[in-house]
Amino acid sequence: MPPKIGVFSFTSCEGCQLQILNLEDEIPTLIDQIDIVNFREAMDEKGQDYEIAFIEGSVTRESEIEEVKRIRERAKVLIALGACSHLGGVNVLKNFHPQGSWLPYVYGRSDLFSDTIPTKRIKDVVPVDLVLPGCPIDKREFLRFVQGLLLNIKPGLPDYPVCVECRSKGNVCLVEEGKWCLGSVTRAGCGAICPTYRDTCVGCRGIVEGSNIESLCNILMEKGYSKEEIRDKFRIFNGLEEIQSLL
Amino acid sequence: MTHDIHLHHITRVEGHGNLVLNIKEGRIEELRLEIVESPRFFEVMLLGRHITEAPHITSRICGICAISHTLASIKACESALNITPSADVILLRKILMHAEVLQSHILHLYLLVAPDFFNVGSVIPLARSNPEVVKRGLRLKKVANEICRILVGRHIHPIGMTVGGFMRIPAKKDLEEVRKVLESAIPDIDETVNFFKGLNIPEFNRETRYCSLKDKGDYALYDGKLYSKENDLTEVEQYRDFITESVIEYSTAKHASSGDSSIMVGALARLNNNYSQLSDKAKEAAQRLGLTLPCTNPYMNNVAQLVESVHCIYDSLGLLDQLSSGNMNVGVGRIDVREGLGVGVVEAPRGSLYHEYGVDDKGIIKSANCIIPTAQNLANIEEDIEALVPGILGLSKVEMIQRLEMLVRAYDPCISCSSHFLEVKFIE
Repeated sequence: MPPKIGVFSFTSCEGCQLQILNLEDEIPTLIDQIDIVNFREAMDEKGQDYEIAFIEGSVTRESEIEEVKRIRERAKVLIALGACSHLGGVNVLKNFHPQGSWLPYVYGRSDLFSDTIPTKRIKDVVPVDLVLPGCPIDKREFLRFVQGLLLNIKPGLPDYPVCVECRSKGNVCLVEEGKWCLGSVTRAGCGAICPTYRDTCVGCRGIVEGSNIESLCNILMEKGYSKEEIRDKFRIFNGLEEIQSLL
Repeated sequence: MTHDIHLHHITRVEGHGNLVLNIKEGRIEELRLEIVESPRFFEVMLLGRHITEAPHITSRICGICAISHTLASIKACESALNITPSADVILLRKILMHAEVLQSHILHLYLLVAPDFFNVGSVIPLARSNPEVVKRGLRLKKVANEICRILVGRHIHPIGMTVGGFMRIPAKKDLEEVRKVLESAIPDIDETVNFFKGLNIPEFNRETRYCSLKDKGDYALYDGKLYSKENDLTEVEQYRDFITESVIEYSTAKHASSGDSSIMVGALARLNNNYSQLSDKAKEAAQRLGLTLPCTNPYMNNVAQLVESVHCIYDSLGLLDQLSSGNMNVGVGRIDVREGLGVGVVEAPRGSLYHEYGVDDKGIIKSANCIIPTAQNLANIEEDIEALVPGILGLSKVEMIQRLEMLVRAYDPCISCSSHFLEVKFIE
């Protein structure tokens, strides 16, 4: 029997679900190997008998906490899909502004949608079994995860930084050019796609274990960046991670 | 006859929405298209950030329209900082815009709309019963993704597309590859026109106000002025004279109007406003599909999307020809910040998308506003439903629901996009 899979979406741009739909060559085979019982963006059926749940998006409303808990109760394996789910994503940026300012600034009044809360990662609400990182996820990595689940092998992630992939591609180092780039402390697996297209790594896959953040901060300060500027760059994707005291 | 229709989380749309419709003795007692997507407060997120980060952050508003958000944002930044991009930069941006419109329309038509016409709940049973249809759709969708991959790394959250130009300058062989990919799509798009020609579109007409950009030469997607036939051409900076937004209690996305009328934006609105500027192949496709303009049937938005898809493929080939044959001038120069206010508007796949930022003399964002296409369509969808219901009361509840869901889906609502923000407030 193919495993039953549910794909759920909370506060996000839904781009990680779309990355799954972007597997144009593999979709015809994929739908024979797995049984997708719940995927609102793509289908009407809303099955509740899933074994594996992919959760996209972060939690930004009281009501979403209960929904995430319900999914956790039903799923044998819960996978955080993408940076919003894993790290809180860019949604965390609002947490650095006073909560009382959000609704008046956007809606001109504060009595509507008042169950809005500061952004949480899924792991702040329920235990997460696996993380498929990135903003957006890498679709090849999604395939690798599905293959692992089908073969009952726990999918792993690289334990080295983006820098390793970047160097192996022969890219010119952006930090050496004087640009801020978080590739030396960010988990690899994306193929260093941003520096390969000459843009800096923003840290969307999270901080890799054993990173020397202090050393990167020192180098960037030598290049002329202020402590506040460096902190702001880390906040784009890692504002909730346990590294704030180092910045 | 009493009907209580409550569609909780309408499926096969992007984001979370509910339709509440309560009909008693042939009269609508209650009608609400509830947008329940969580508000995300992007405008708040932008405050205090450096202006050059805005395209990067706002791309994350929407996975489907990431390029449109990036470009509206870049245009707002460039307007605030008084930066004029080179002709080659604009050509490449237009090609990427076309790729996004193509990818979004094809995704909608094949994966989300086609199941309705085969009476199945999703593309999965369709892939089993009509694999050749689904594979053709996927091939076309991939064309757009490939163009984005070649030029900016990926479609969802493009890389190195920034204020002033491109971080990575495409090589000659990249552009040749883009051309090959586009040419490979021609037989499939032609067959797609044949395929959708045979599908039965519900007959329903209601006149409304069609709003879009209008450009001097091009069929307007990347640039132009604000237009509807009731309004004179309006400069994008004056957008508040053109469009009014209001907060609706049951919707985390605001509603929009122009004058005293609800408005429609997106493919059908653009065709109604700018049909004559379409490429010849797209006009031919409109003819084959039986689309005569002006058209007031919102279900025909699906057909309009297909006509635009044809346009995007052929027009991209023309844009490639216009790029400099020698070294392209698309790199990013020095960016000098200054105090200012900038507005950027593009035609995203679902309609006009507005970004506006105010920055201080250090380039720090002090105010931000975005208006999203789907939010502009919501009031119009409600008015369509009001007009549609009396004519379909004779149908069974199942058929009624299907007709209503098809209507909502015809607008291709992108709800996660539309529920972000949208109040304008200037703090200085």
